[in-house]
Amino acid sequence: MFFWSLVLIAVGIFSSFIYGRSRIKLNSKKQGTKSKSLPNYYAQYVLMWCLFPALIVYFSWAIFQEQIIQNIVISNFEFIEGAAYNEGLLIAEIRNVANNPSFAEGKSIEIINAASHYSSLRQISQISFYTSIIIIMLLGALYASQKLKPEFHAQHTIERYIQYILIFCSSVAIFTTIGIVFSLIFESLRFFAEVSIFEFLFSTEWYPFIPIREGQTAAEGSFGAVPIFAGTFLVMVVAMCVAAPLGLLTAIYLAEYASQRVRKIVKPLLEILAGIPTIVYGFFAFVSVAPFVKAFGQSIGIDASPTSALAAGMVMGVMIIPFISSLSDDVINSVPQSLREGSFGIGANKAETIKKVILPAALPGIVGAFLLAISRAIGETMIVVVAAGTAPNLTGNPFENVTTVTVQIVVALIGDQEFDNPRTLSAFALGLVLFVITLFLNIIALQIVKRYRERYE
Amino acid sequence: MNNSVAKEKIVSLRKKRSLEDMRFKYYGFTAMCLSLVVLVFLLYTIFSKGYTAFQKTIVLLEVDYNQEVLKLTPDSSDEEMEKGKFFRVKKQAIENFFPDLSKSDIKLVKKLFSINVDNEIKDYFLDNPEVINTKQQIWVTAHSDVDQLLKGNSRRDVPEDRRKLNDIQLSYVDQLVEENRVKQVFNNFFFTKADSRHPEIAGVAGSFMGSLFTLFTVFILSFPIAIGASVYLEEFAPKNRITELIEVNISNLAAVPSIVFGLLGLGVLLNVFGLPRSTPLVGGSVLALMTLPTIIIACRASLKAVPPSIKEGALAVGATKTQAVFHHVVPLALPGTLTGTIIGLAQALGETAPLIMIGMIAFIPNIPTGLTEPSAALPVQIYLWVESAERGFQEKSAAAIMVILIFLFMMNAIAVFLRNRFERKW
Repeated sequence: MFFWSLVLIAVGIFSSFIYGRSRIKLNSKKQGTKSKSLPNYYAQYVLMWCLFPALIVYFSWAIFQEQIIQNIVISNFEFIEGAAYNEGLLIAEIRNVANNPSFAEGKSIEIINAASHYSSLRQISQISFYTSIIIIMLLGALYASQKLKPEFHAQHTIERYIQYILIFCSSVAIFTTIGIVFSLIFESLRFFAEVSIFEFLFSTEWYPFIPIREGQTAAEGSFGAVPIFAGTFLVMVVAMCVAAPLGLLTAIYLAEYASQRVRKIVKPLLEILAGIPTIVYGFFAFVSVAPFVKAFGQSIGIDASPTSALAAGMVMGVMIIPFISSLSDDVINSVPQSLREGSFGIGANKAETIKKVILPAALPGIVGAFLLAISRAIGETMIVVVAAGTAPNLTGNPFENVTTVTVQIVVALIGDQEFDNPRTLSAFALGLVLFVITLFLNIIALQIVKRYRERYE
Repeated sequence: MNNSVAKEKIVSLRKKRSLEDMRFKYYGFTAMCLSLVVLVFLLYTIFSKGYTAFQKTIVLLEVDYNQEVLKLTPDSSDEEMEKGKFFRVKKQAIENFFPDLSKSDIKLVKKLFSINVDNEIKDYFLDNPEVINTKQQIWVTAHSDVDQLLKGNSRRDVPEDRRKLNDIQLSYVDQLVEENRVKQVFNNFFFTKADSRHPEIAGVAGSFMGSLFTLFTVFILSFPIAIGASVYLEEFAPKNRITELIEVNISNLAAVPSIVFGLLGLGVLLNVFGLPRSTPLVGGSVLALMTLPTIIIACRASLKAVPPSIKEGALAVGATKTQAVFHHVVPLALPGTLTGTIIGLAQALGETAPLIMIGMIAFIPNIPTGLTEPSAALPVQIYLWVESAERGFQEKSAAAIMVILIFLFMMNAIAVFLRNRFERKW
């Protein structure tokens, strides 16, 4: 359906363009004056008045049609008293029957009635959709064609419209942020209506499935997120222990020691490392590193579980190496050459220059890079989902199974998503925490880096 | 005397210092090599685990297309043939697979074959209807357990109760190998079929198409918006607070974890707007929002690289600002913006977590044909296979990783090609 309507819109804008062009030529000939702008601008003017109203209709239909139809069907549904209904399942069933008449066998008469209601509504919706698109395009063209007079400044108007479009494009980023903040806060508030915020932030029991208190019906299980935060922190620390030294030393080597040829070869290779999808790292952690960690743990007498904070953290560290090394590389390169020369001038060798002059000078930038890396490690999902496990263990032992914020979000949202259930809603509360922490880290890091840049510019 | 002691001290100190210098350089070199070694090891792991998935095991089966058993006649119409009783033919073929099989043995033999054998027997017949009432030797797909055993991925020296195939079945397989009734051929199913519960007939075609549709959506949404936003910010935006707010916003969005974008898709696109779950349309929209900052930053860089003299030249001959920008600056920046977009798309291709959030993790056994159909995506397919307990899926996940890496490599190659071919240095 929507494909053909796109074709309809395409035909509409094409003919409106042709129409606008010929109309203005005709009008200016009639009046015997030259038009203020080139004919194409008038044509574009008609086109825009044809296209944008049609697009608005198109998208509002695409977005709201299904919802409105479903609401009407449900509100007219003849509920049998006493029977329990699940609205989502009911709608799915009605839609199945409507789309596939062979499913109707053995279904209750209410469902079959509702299904025929549903398909008739869909048909009405389709017909009115096409007619309203055609009408709105005609109306738009009609309105625009009234302005097609030679004394009308079509170009100015078009340029103003283009400005509006551009402003809309750049505000998408703001809409996205608003969307993120509102959806997180809205669902989190629903979560905190059932689970107290203090329990969430400070309690150490995370059992989202089992009712542990008597008479507890609204909230099932307990939602103390401390073990999750601790697990996230542990994995992050392991990752940084791997990534910080390796990434920084690599950056130092590439910036200060390596020849141009080595840089030219190694930098793209590191970029490959950075471009590998995280699920691939997850596979690597699961297949190679986790068994190795388990064997290593057993060899030194520690009982390691098959998925562990150490395996996930180490692989995550590898993932972050290119991130740290490229950021630190930039930072080290922007330390002014005069500092190096001064240090060499008083007889220091390269290592001493790096350790005593360059690194202290570059320290704020490096700290900023580390903070950005930490924020990445906290927000990373697939490696930990595959390799860190799902058990909320409050432990400092990296050989044990831990779980992280991102893992719990995934676990809560895989499978049935019932939005009246605190378990599902907990994902949004965790997401809010994740968003706030990463945002905070980013803002600090960007500030530090910015100030550092200013110092040497 | 004193002099020589001091000299010695200086010499030894200098030696120590230069040794220190060497050591430091060596640390850096080792760190760099370690990172690269991990890269090599990673690629090696994927290749060594995955290359076997490109082959499948097939078994020679003698099928008797008896018209009584099939309930068909030589002049049946096509529709009647579609409804032939091929499962009965298959049953018979398996009963006669080895001479003198008891009832319990037949059950064991049956488990050596893929569930897809019915279809293969049927397809062979539909392609050659003249074989009715003849006995035919057909190569059919073996069960994943046999496949894994012959590829050496599952071991035969573990105790019987921890094996998929018991001792009798093992002896059958050995007999087949001896009689040359089993061989390995190119696994066409891997590239032509969608996901399946049975590893031997699971493929990446469905998730690959899903990924293509998703990327298409990402491109359609993000490319025009990114160009519009970067043109505005670079060329038109007044320096005021709102512009600054937008810029801060973009740089912060670039660092928001991808899973949060998934929550946005779930909370807003699915729950508020009611868009269809598990579809490339929703997945692509979420990924478009996620990659938008990356693409905008790249587009702005390439707009910035166009020298101002070009715009000034256009303005000087009487073009308006809009004309100068859209007729001269944007076309010159286009290769750069395309390169940035492709790199953004490559990032979107590998992204898994947001797609899981909006339900693209559902089990989809057919190949999607449109943007609003439920479908899988390559990275999510890999995740599903990695998590699967079935042994046969592990090689599939590694092979799917190879597919996605090759796909990524090609996208990056196109980006580099575009950059080298069309980008002008000023």
